[in-house]
Amino acid sequence: MEKFTTLEGKVMPLDRANIDTDAIIPKQFLKSIKRSGFGPNLFDEWRYLDHGEPGRDNSSRPLNPDFIMNTPRYQNSQILLTRENFGCGSSREHAPWALLDYGFRCIIAPSFADIFFNNCFKNGILPIVFNDKVVENLFDQVEDQSGFTIRVDLQNQNIELPDGEILEFEVDSFRKHALLNGLDDIGLTLQKADVIRDYEARRANEAPWLFS
Amino acid sequence: MNPKTLYDKLWDQHLVEDDPNGTSLIYIDRHLVHEVTSPQAFEGLHLAGRKPWKTSSMLAVPDHNVPTTVDNSEIDDPVSRLQIQTLDQNCNHFGITEFGMSDPRQGIVHVIGPEQGATLPGMTIVCGDSHTSTHGAFGALAFGIGTSEVEHVMATQCLISQKSRNMRIWVSGELNPGVTAKDLVLHIIGVIGTAGGTGYAIEFAGPVVEALSMEGRMTVCNMTIEAGARAGMIGVDQTTIDYFKGRPYSPKGDMWEQAAQSWKDLNSDENAHFDTQIEIDGFDILPQVTWGTSPEMVVSIGDTVPDPDQESDPVKREGMENALRYMGLEAGTPMNEIGLDLVFIGSCTNSRIEDLRAAAKLAKGRQVSDTIKQAMVVPGSGLVKRQAESEGLHQVFIDAGFEWRNPGCSMCLAMNSDQLKPGERCASTSNRNFEGRQGQGGRTHLVSPVMAVAAAIAGHFTDPARL
Ligand code: SF4
Repeated sequence: MEKFTTLEGKVMPLDRANIDTDAIIPKQFLKSIKRSGFGPNLFDEWRYLDHGEPGRDNSSRPLNPDFIMNTPRYQNSQILLTRENFGCGSSREHAPWALLDYGFRCIIAPSFADIFFNNCFKNGILPIVFNDKVVENLFDQVEDQSGFTIRVDLQNQNIELPDGEILEFEVDSFRKHALLNGLDDIGLTLQKADVIRDYEARRANEAPWLFS
Repeated sequence: MNPKTLYDKLWDQHLVEDDPNGTSLIYIDRHLVHEVTSPQAFEGLHLAGRKPWKTSSMLAVPDHNVPTTVDNSEIDDPVSRLQIQTLDQNCNHFGITEFGMSDPRQGIVHVIGPEQGATLPGMTIVCGDSHTSTHGAFGALAFGIGTSEVEHVMATQCLISQKSRNMRIWVSGELNPGVTAKDLVLHIIGVIGTAGGTGYAIEFAGPVVEALSMEGRMTVCNMTIEAGARAGMIGVDQTTIDYFKGRPYSPKGDMWEQAAQSWKDLNSDENAHFDTQIEIDGFDILPQVTWGTSPEMVVSIGDTVPDPDQESDPVKREGMENALRYMGLEAGTPMNEIGLDLVFIGSCTNSRIEDLRAAAKLAKGRQVSDTIKQAMVVPGSGLVKRQAESEGLHQVFIDAGFEWRNPGCSMCLAMNSDQLKPGERCASTSNRNFEGRQGQGGRTHLVSPVMAVAAAIAGHFTDPARL
C-alpha cells in the first residue's frame, strides 16, 4: 500500500448525501478479475450519458456535461469533498478501488458508511470527518475559487486551506500509523512473521497432520 | 480449568496473538479457493511481490461459473470463461493444487473439501464464500471471508479477527418420519430469524443433531449464515471420525490414530457457558417450504401463505407485502396448492450422495408432472456424480423425467447459463431465495430434496409422505 503522509491537491465537490457503492461503481463492473482499472468507470452512471459495460472503451463514450467531474476546473482532483453517509450499500471493495484508481487519495465528508470507511484505510485512502458546518464552509470556498487546493498533513492531523487557515481532524492512531508507513493489514501482519512461525512450530507438535 | 465451548477450544487452539487494539490474529489451516472471489486477491499478491505463505493449505476449484450441461463443456460468456482461466493461471503460477474443470474431482467447493478429507475436524477453514460455514459440521471453525481477507490469508496464513459470542441450539426429541436436515435448519431459521445469529458462533447439539448423518449435519451448518452467524458447528463423535477414514487428504497410519484421538476432545465441556441457548423440539418440525424472499419466510407444508395484515410490526409487514408481490402469491393460499415451473436439486446445501439417494428413492417409478417445464439434478461433485451413477440413481432420475447434469453451483445463483426467467417459479434445494438469486425476476421456494421431488411429480408442493 502506498504511504500517505502529506497531500497537496485540488478539491472536487460532490454535493449529494448517501452516495452508495453502486453509484460509486455500478455492479456490472464487479465481474472484473482485477482491482485496478476501475477509474474510468467511477460514478459511471452519472458521468456518462450512455450505459457502461466492462471491457468497453470509455474514451469514446458521451460524457454528461452536467456532472461535476466532467467540468474542466475539477480535472485531476485528488481530494473529494462530499456529504453525509458516503459509501453506504454493499461491502464490496470495488468502491475504494475505483476512487483510488481515478486518483482520489482523500475524502472529506460529515460521515461515512462503516465498512466503506474501513475499506478506505485498507486501500491507502484517508477519509476525513468534519462536522456539517465545516463541510458547508468548505463547499462554499471550493465553489468560489477555481483551482481550490488544500494541504493534508496526516502526521499533524490537519488540513491547511489556501488562506492559511488550519483545520484539525481526528484519526484512529492505529490506522494513522498504518497509513503513514504504507502498511496494509498484510504488511502489519507480516511484521509478526516470527510470531506466526513460532505458532506453527508449536502447533506442528500438537497436530502434526496439519503440517505434513 | 474453566469449562469451554467447542468454539472456545477451536479459537484458543488457533490464537496466534491478541493485539492490544482488541483484535486477534488467528491461524488458518485450510484455505479453499474458487474463481469468483480470488482474482483480485491473487492480483494483490502479484502487485505487492508477495507469495502465498503456505500453498499446501490451499485447494482451488472452479464451481460458480462452470456449465453443467453434460454435452457442452464450453463456456459461452467470455467474462465467466476469463474468471476460470484466471484461476487456472494463478494456481499454476503459485503451485496451488486445483481440481480444474476437466478433473473428475471438480465440484462445488463446499462439497469437495470434506469429500477429499481436505476439511478435517479441529481445523480453521476459510473461503471467499459465505457458505464456508458448511465445514463446521465436522467440529471445525469455518467461515466465509471477503477479498481483502482472502489475500491476507494467502500472504500470512492468518486472519485478523474478533471473537464471536457463543450460542447453542439444542434440538431435542426426534425428527418425524420424512422430515430432513433441510427442514430442521429451515425451521430453526424460521424461529430465530435471519439476524438471530448475528455476532454469534452457533453450535448445534442435542439428540436430533447427533442422529444426523454427516451429510445432514453439513446441510444444517451450510445454512447457519442464513441465520446471520458466520460460523456454525457441531461437536465430533464417532460419525464424524468414521467419515474421514481413508479419504485422500486424511491423515494415515499412526498419524490417523493420533488425530482421531485428539478430535474426540472437540466437544463443548459440560457446564460450558453459552451467551444464548435456544431449545427446539424435533417433534415440532414438519416438512418446510419458504414462501417469501428471505429464508426466514418459511412455513410447514400443511400451512397457508401468511397474511401481512396479521403482522403488528410495520417494518415486517411491509417486508411481507413486498415479498408476496415479488413472489406473486396471495395471503391464505394453501402451500400445497402452489404450482411450480421448475425444480432444481443441487447446491452446496443438498447435492451430496445421501441427498440424491433420498430423492431417487422417491422418484423411482414416478413421472415428473407435465406442468413442470424443467426439472434438474446437479450433483455436488464429479465424485458424487460417479457414485450416483454406479448406484444407478441417474437412470432413476432420467426415467422419471429429470435432467442429469454435470457438477457445479448451477441454478443456486445462476452465474452460469442455468437461470430462471422472470416470473418463473422454482422449487429449489439451495439456500437463498433472495430476489433475483436464481435469475432476474425468478421466484424461489427453498425445500428439501424429497420435497423437490414430490413437487416435481405432483406439479405443486405436497407432503412427500402423501405421494
Ligand atoms: S452452491 Fe450456491 S451457495 Fe453454494 S457455493 Fe455455489 S453459489 Fe454459493
